[in-house]
Amino acid sequence: MDKMLKEYEDKLPKKIIEDLRLNLQKGVAQNKLRKILDTTLGEYQKAKVHPGESVGLVAAESIGEPGTQMTLNTFHFAGVAEMNVTLGLPRIIEILDGRKELDTPMMEIYLKKPYSQGKDVRELALSLKETKLDEITSEFLINLVDLTIEINLNREKMKEIGLTNAHVINAISKQTKGFTIKDNKESITLKSRSKEENLNDIYKAKEKFKEVHLKGIKGIYQVLPVRRDEEYIIITAGSNLADVLQLPEADAYKTTTNNIFEIEQVLGIEAARQAIINEVFKVIESQGLNVDVRHIMLVADTMCISGSVKGITRYGVVSEKASVLARASFETPIKHIINAALVGEVDELNSVVENVMINQPVPVGTGLPDLVTRVKAKDK
Amino acid sequence: MAEVYLNGKFVGTVDNAEDFAGRIRDERRKGSISDNINVYHNEKANSVEIECSKGRARRPLIVVREGQPLLTERHIKQLEKNEISWSDLVKQGVIEYLDAAEEENTLVAFYEKDLSQEHTHLEITPLAMLGYCTSLVPYANFNQSTRLNAGSKNQKQALGLYASNFTLRMDMDVNLLQYPQKPIVNTIMHDISEYERHPAGQNIVVAVMSYKGYNMEDAIILNKGSIDRGLGRSTYYRPSIAEELRYSGGLMDEVCTPDKDVKGYRSEKDYRYLEDDGIIYPEASVNEGDVVIGKTSPPRFLSSMEEYNLAASTRRESSVTVRHGEKGVVDFVLLTENEEGNRLMQVRIRDERIPEIGDKFTSRHGQKGVVGLIVNEADMPFSASGIIPDLIFSPHGIPSRMTISHLIEMVAGKVGALSGRYINGTAFDVEPEEKLRNELKSLGFRENGVETFYNGETGEQLEAKIFVGNMYYLKLKHLVANKIHSRARGPIQLLTRQPTEGRAKEGGLRLGEMEKDTFVAHGASLLLKERFDSDKTVVPICESCGVIAIRDEFKDKSYCPICGENVEISNIEMSYAFKLILDEFKSLGIYPKLQLRSKY
Repeated sequence: MDKMLKEYEDKLPKKIIEDLRLNLQKGVAQNKLRKILDTTLGEYQKAKVHPGESVGLVAAESIGEPGTQMTLNTFHFAGVAEMNVTLGLPRIIEILDGRKELDTPMMEIYLKKPYSQGKDVRELALSLKETKLDEITSEFLINLVDLTIEINLNREKMKEIGLTNAHVINAISKQTKGFTIKDNKESITLKSRSKEENLNDIYKAKEKFKEVHLKGIKGIYQVLPVRRDEEYIIITAGSNLADVLQLPEADAYKTTTNNIFEIEQVLGIEAARQAIINEVFKVIESQGLNVDVRHIMLVADTMCISGSVKGITRYGVVSEKASVLARASFETPIKHIINAALVGEVDELNSVVENVMINQPVPVGTGLPDLVTRVKAKDK
Repeated sequence: MAEVYLNGKFVGTVDNAEDFAGRIRDERRKGSISDNINVYHNEKANSVEIECSKGRARRPLIVVREGQPLLTERHIKQLEKNEISWSDLVKQGVIEYLDAAEEENTLVAFYEKDLSQEHTHLEITPLAMLGYCTSLVPYANFNQSTRLNAGSKNQKQALGLYASNFTLRMDMDVNLLQYPQKPIVNTIMHDISEYERHPAGQNIVVAVMSYKGYNMEDAIILNKGSIDRGLGRSTYYRPSIAEELRYSGGLMDEVCTPDKDVKGYRSEKDYRYLEDDGIIYPEASVNEGDVVIGKTSPPRFLSSMEEYNLAASTRRESSVTVRHGEKGVVDFVLLTENEEGNRLMQVRIRDERIPEIGDKFTSRHGQKGVVGLIVNEADMPFSASGIIPDLIFSPHGIPSRMTISHLIEMVAGKVGALSGRYINGTAFDVEPEEKLRNELKSLGFRENGVETFYNGETGEQLEAKIFVGNMYYLKLKHLVANKIHSRARGPIQLLTRQPTEGRAKEGGLRLGEMEKDTFVAHGASLLLKERFDSDKTVVPICESCGVIAIRDEFKDKSYCPICGENVEISNIEMSYAFKLILDEFKSLGIYPKLQLRSKY
C-alpha cells in the first residue's frame, strides 16, 4: 500500500495522503486501492480552482450579497447590563476595516483544571475585573485653602472587593508622581509637593486620580462566568490578551479575544489571520447565512499578506495596489493621480479594473491565455 | 399645577388641568369660542395643549353626554325637512371636529348600541374613519388594512372620465376609458360622490383559475373576444406645443413649412401633412418623426460681420415632431396667445389603446396585475351554462394577501348581475354574505359561487370546480405602449460618446458596475470588452513621447504635436472615456504618457 501511495505523492497534497494512510483498512485489495486513489485524485482535481478564475471578485460577491440580508446588530447577554456584542454587518465592517478600537471588545477565558470544573470561578472572575479608584470612593473633594485633594473612601465597597488602605496608597504612589499621601483611615489626603500649584492643575490631577488602577486586569470592565459544554469559562467585556495569558489559572491554548489587533501583537500574524477567519465566519453563521470559508480565507490572506493586519480601506489593502488607475477608481482619485504624477509612476495595466477602464480584455478567464507562436529567425 | 401650551408655546399654568380642558370644550360647544380650537390634556406630561393652528387633520364626531348622543330624532327630522344644515349642528355643539391630539382624551363608540356612561363621542358612521378612495372599496371591513391602502392607491391611477370638458382641454399625458360603467357592487360613497358621472372601470366576469401558467406572479389573462367587444379600451391624448418666441434684434420664430435651404431641413415626406399655415390638419394619421408644427428659428449666434451678410441668413429648423415611438391621429388644433403675447400653437394627438400584453389592470382590493396572455375566445375555458370569463385571475394571489373582499365581491357581483340590481358593499354596513349566498342559490347557482368548467381547447371537463363571478375591474394608467423601450443603435452623448440615457432620448440600457462584475466573475473577458465597446475609438499615439498624435486626412499623414513628422505613430484602440480622462489629466498639468509595447 505504501508503495502505491508513494506514486501519488506529487499528485496529491501530503495531508490527503496521510489521511488516506490512516483511514484505509490494512490489506485493501490492489485494484480497490487503485480505484480509491483515482477517485480521490479526481475529486481533488475538481476542487481545485482553475487558472484565471477571478477568485477575489467571487469572494467579494459571495460575502457582499449575504451582507445585504443581515439584520440585528447587537446581541445582549441576559442579566448583565453593559454586556452586549456587536454582530451582523457592523461587526463585519469592523473586522474587514481592520479597526484597532472595537465597539465591543470581548474575551473568552478558558481555565485550567480545577477552575474549569467550577472551583472558585466566581471569585476568580471578580479578581480579573478592573477596579479603579473612582469606584471605591464616595467623594473627591478639593480643599481650596490648602490646595489638597481629599478622597473619601467607600468602606463597604472596599471590603467587598478586598482592598485595604495600604493597597490603595501603594497603588496611588506607584502610578502618580509629585504628591504626598496621608492616610486618615476614612479618607486619603493628597498634597502636591511642588509649591506653585494652581487650582486648574489640582483639578486636572483629580481627574487623573480617578483613573488609578487598583486591582484586576487593565481594560476588563465586566466579567461573566458561564458554563459551556461541561466546562466553566469566563466571558469578559473589554480585552487584554497579553495580561490574561500571564494568569496561572488561564488556559493559554484556548483563551481568545475578539480583538484581532491584539492577537496580532501577542500571538503573531498567522494567529491574526485565523482570528479574522473565525470572527467573520462566526458573524455570518450567527445570521443563519451560508458562505464558503474559502472566500473568507482569501480576504483574511489579503489582509495579512504584508505581515501586519491591513484593513480593506483606502489606507490599507487598497493603497498597496500596484496600479494607479485601480487605486484612483476606489475613493480619493485626485490624491492618487497627483501623487503618481509627482513621481512619474508607471501603470503596467496588469489587473482587471485598469483594463476595463481603457476597454482592453481583462486578464482573467478567457482573457488570460495568449497564443504565442515562436518565430524562427530566418536562415541566412 | 399643569403647564399650558398654546400652539406648542408655553403660556402659563393652571391648577386643575382636567377642569380647564373641560371648560374650553364647553365654551367651544356653546359657540362662545371658535370651533377650530382643540384641547388635549396630556396626563403623562401633566400639560394642557391648546391648538388652533392650521394644517391639522380633523374629523367630525357626535358629542355624547351621559351616555346619550346629543343628536336626536328631532335633529334628523329637521335635517330631512331642510330646516337646519350640517353647520347648524356644529354651531349647536351637537357635532364637533376633533384633531389627532384631542382624540386621545375621548372614548368613541362605534355604534349607538355600544354607548355607555364613559363614552364621550359617537361615530357618525364607522365609514367616516376611511377616506374617499378607501370608502370606494366594497366589503372593505373584511380586509387587512394594508390591502385597503393598496386598493385605494390603485383606484387613483385608474382610467375613467377625468373631466367632462375633456374635448376642450389640452392636458398633458391623459387617458380616457372608452366604455366606463357604474359598479354593480357599490358603496354609499359611490352615491355621495356621484360616481356614475365619472366612472372608472367595467363590470366583467372573472374566473379564479390558472391557464397554462400565463397568469403566475400576479399576471392576468384576458379574453380576446371581450377586448374586441370593447373591454379596457382607452384613448391616450398628448398635446404638442409650439411657441413663436421673440429674440433680440427683432428676430423671431416663424411657424411655416420650412424652406429647403433651412439648416437641418428634414425630408419633404416629414412635412407632408402640413397645411399652408405650417400646422397639421385634424384627423391626419401621424407616425413617429412626422412634423406636427413646422417652425424655423433665427440662427443662434450672429457675429457682427454676418449680420450684413445676406447669404448667412440661414434659419434653423425647429419643428415639433411626433415623439419617438409614438403614433396617433391629430385630434384638435388650437391657436392662441400666451401671457407674453407670443403666438401659441397646440396640437392634440389621440391614440386608441387596445389592451395588450403588459397593460396593468386591478380590482378594487389591491389585486393589481399585468396582462400575461390574451386568449382567443374559442380557447377560453367556459362554464356549464356557457359563460366565458373575460378575465382569468390566479388563485395564488389570494391566500397570502387575504383579500376576502375580493372573493365576496365576486359573489355579490354575480348576484347583482343575475338579479339585475346593485349590491351595497359599504364597509361596516354591507349586504350580508349569507343573504347573497341564499339568493345565488335561489337563482339556480351553487351558493359558494363555483361552477363546472370545461377546457376551451379540448372540451374536457375540468376536474376542479371554478370560482366565477362578476367584478368591477379598473384599467390603470401604466400602459406598456408608454414604457416599452429597446435599442440596438442610437444617439450618443457629445462629451463621452457613450449612449444617451432614458427612454425619451432613445437611450441605452446601462450595463452597470455590478453587472460588469458578473462578467468578470464568469471570466467572460472578451464579452465584457465587447459590451463596453459602445464608446470605442482609435487614437493615433506617438511612440516616442506617448502623447496623442494628429491625423491629417487631407495630406494623408500623421504627425506628433511635440516630435513632428519623423516619428513612429501607431493607432491604438481604446474607450473614448479613457481618451477623455487623458485630456483631463493634461488640463491638470499632468503628462499622461502612453508607453506602447507589442503584445506578441
